[in-house]
Amino acid sequence: MAGITSICAYIPRYRLSLEEIGRMWQTRGGAGEKAIAGYDEDAVTMAVAASLACMKRSGGDVDSLYLATVTAPYKEKQSAAFVAGAADLYKTCHTADFTNTLRAGTTAVKAAVDAVKSGSARQVLVVASDCRMGAPKGKFEQLLGDGAAAVMIGSDNVIANIEGTHSIFSDFTDLWRTEKDTFIQSGEGRFIDEAGYMPVMKEVITELMEKYSLTSGDFTKIVFYAPDSRAHANLAKTIGFSKDQVQDPLFGQIGNTGTAAAMIMLAAALEEATPGDRILFAGYGDGADVFILRVTDSISRIKSAPSMKSMLKKGVPVDYGRYLIWRNLVPVEPSGLPERAEPSLAARWRERKTIRALYGAKCRKCGTPQIHPIGQISRVCVTCQTKDDFEDYKFSDKTGRLFTYAIDQLQPTLNPPGLNGVIDFDGGGRLICELTDYDLSKVDTGMPVDMTFRKLSQGKGIINYFWKAKPI
Amino acid sequence: MESIKDKIAIVGMGCTRFGERWDMGVEDLLVEAAYEAFQDAGIEPKAIQAAWIGTVFSGMSAMTLAPLGLQYIPITRVENMCATGSEALRAASYAVAAGVCDIALAIGVEKLKDSGQTGVKGPAIVGDNPDGSSAIGSGYSAPASFAYLGTRYFSHYNIDRDAGKRLLAEIAVKNHYNGSLNPKAHFHNILTVEQVVKAPIVAWPLGLFDCCGVSDGAAAAIVTRADMAKNFRSDPIYIKGLAISAGARQGSMRQDYDYVHVDENVRAAQQVYAEAGIKDPRKEISCAEVHDCFTAHELIVYEDLGFSSRGGAREDIEAGTFTLKGEIPVNPDGGLKCFGHPLGASGLRMMYEVYLQLQGKAGPRQVKNPRLGMTHNLGGNAGAGIGCCVVVGNEKG
Repeated sequence: MAGITSICAYIPRYRLSLEEIGRMWQTRGGAGEKAIAGYDEDAVTMAVAASLACMKRSGGDVDSLYLATVTAPYKEKQSAAFVAGAADLYKTCHTADFTNTLRAGTTAVKAAVDAVKSGSARQVLVVASDCRMGAPKGKFEQLLGDGAAAVMIGSDNVIANIEGTHSIFSDFTDLWRTEKDTFIQSGEGRFIDEAGYMPVMKEVITELMEKYSLTSGDFTKIVFYAPDSRAHANLAKTIGFSKDQVQDPLFGQIGNTGTAAAMIMLAAALEEATPGDRILFAGYGDGADVFILRVTDSISRIKSAPSMKSMLKKGVPVDYGRYLIWRNLVPVEPSGLPERAEPSLAARWRERKTIRALYGAKCRKCGTPQIHPIGQISRVCVTCQTKDDFEDYKFSDKTGRLFTYAIDQLQPTLNPPGLNGVIDFDGGGRLICELTDYDLSKVDTGMPVDMTFRKLSQGKGIINYFWKAKPI
Repeated sequence: MESIKDKIAIVGMGCTRFGERWDMGVEDLLVEAAYEAFQDAGIEPKAIQAAWIGTVFSGMSAMTLAPLGLQYIPITRVENMCATGSEALRAASYAVAAGVCDIALAIGVEKLKDSGQTGVKGPAIVGDNPDGSSAIGSGYSAPASFAYLGTRYFSHYNIDRDAGKRLLAEIAVKNHYNGSLNPKAHFHNILTVEQVVKAPIVAWPLGLFDCCGVSDGAAAAIVTRADMAKNFRSDPIYIKGLAISAGARQGSMRQDYDYVHVDENVRAAQQVYAEAGIKDPRKEISCAEVHDCFTAHELIVYEDLGFSSRGGAREDIEAGTFTLKGEIPVNPDGGLKCFGHPLGASGLRMMYEVYLQLQGKAGPRQVKNPRLGMTHNLGGNAGAGIGCCVVVGNEKG
């Protein structure tokens, strides 16, 4: 039987409070905050972070990777391949993007379950990640947040079996975004709820329970997507679930994270689950998918860090001006320094091993791990000058320490000042690189760091992804 | 290996005023520096038998020097990042020493201000740009790459941040005082430690006054055989040693590099001292022009060149060792701090000052009883650079 073998959410560290949005627009901001991706994050980098954390929790090889998102950085070019590369999956890993609907997350889970059941895949990593934008001053600006979650579907060491599924489609235009739109557009709120969301969700859940002869009392928890807190509460009530059965949608803490929302809620629910719990899990968008999950004894395996609670606790407030700059919503004066050059496609291809999963080399003769600061392949050992006698050596999964650093006011970045440092990896090797997600007042030599996949430069031509060091 | 000691003499030098030379193009700067050198050596341009033009950004090939109208002689453009000017002098000296010509011109130029930018990003080190052609290198500024030295020096020697900032400030204050006495310097403002410490941060721990400026300039030297030198003037300067040491990025890839010294500096200094027969640089060098692109670098250069013991620079700075009246004056002309850093010109600008000092012509900056002078450049970054040292003397040994 197929089921969930691992799950982990990724919540970016920054928070924009609704009060701050209200202050900006002189409107009622209300309580709560939303998670926002850093200036160097997008749906791809958040998906990488969630995928790596998810795989770290479970171990085990992945032979397919499905990425669900409606905010893929490219309109034409697969995003799943970026994630698979950064996660250092085998080249035979089958990658696919599931997109264009908020239901893409659960659609991908369903496809993964089918693949595992049919035997075409042993273990599938499904990652949902979104970074959606509402227009400034609008209701979606307050509602939407950024985040990702990865769930692994397999048949061995299952932490929650999938005992049943049911899906319906519904061609209902509630939210949309054409190629020209930066921001989400939508129909009238009550129409969406009353003609779209509520009837579809009610129907799919009711039919599922009928199909499997279950009632609301048979479920420990119900985890489902909703456009906002009010709709979330209404639906639970309408279909007969009590408050304590309903998983907190976390909207007040991270906002509505789109395709990732239901899976993030599921990650939170499973961290609190005990063996035997039955969970109803549902995704919505142009129809709905619903699953019956049964928690197994193996659930204890996902109690390890990083927990949702710790990720939610670590939020760092960001002011509205910085948010506008990070999202390229206001033009800002360019740096006086020469612009960072556009990467060469040929060089990115040549240096793909370093760029994707931060591979360097280890000298077979003297054992020195080494990585070139601009990604070139080691041909001659930096220590013993032996030529072409290396084995691959991965740095992306290594921790290290900050040997020295500079806080750079001149560096062209959307989040000045830039922090650059010399990283000494545990086990050997040194890399000079950018840092991210730091608290400047706490930066010091000796500070422990690990590596995170991020965007290096933005806003022109191709997206230049690479790894940065991040304080642990 | 034969030493070049006392085989080559500098018999004429020229140097433009450095600064924001909106009034001058590359051509004007070259002509001004070259003709001052020709006049100083008492020669006509047609006496030049070969020339080396050093520039990083301001020209390509021998044609960079075409404005001088030298007639069909061999001319080569050289480039070695911030050591480019010194590299031109080295090439010209070796050619004369090889006997393939008797009178050669070494000239360096850089026009940085026309770009309209406030900083120098540095030359391409691979592919199309300094971060590699895949553009994944950390896109830091030049100050940041030298701030690593300051941060680490403080940490390594357990100097608290405030004391560290003041220590660096002393270096800027000294160089600005010296520059205030120099009409050819870009900046003539005298600074106080308080001003330096309180200046806006550029790349922590370096503030505005810890960084040298961006400027335009050119400098030139006429070199000839030592045995011919007195035909040109009574007070020629003799080359005692020329050394270049290029790293192989060990510093940026190996954990055993400590960021409180630069191996390329140390090796170049050791080589040049060996060639010049110097045993105790602190006692024997009368004055030195060193690569103070950032104060944190001058700090470690004192130790790299053997002027201070390891970790001893702090005590020496506090004792005034490197001031004009100190034991070993460093950057008597104001350094890169006051001249800015037109990369191709800087090495020769440094030599111009040492030349004046050894001839006793440095006016209010004159050091006492000079005998040996030294110039030093570091091209590139600490841990991945090109160290270059030149020692010259006013007596033929």
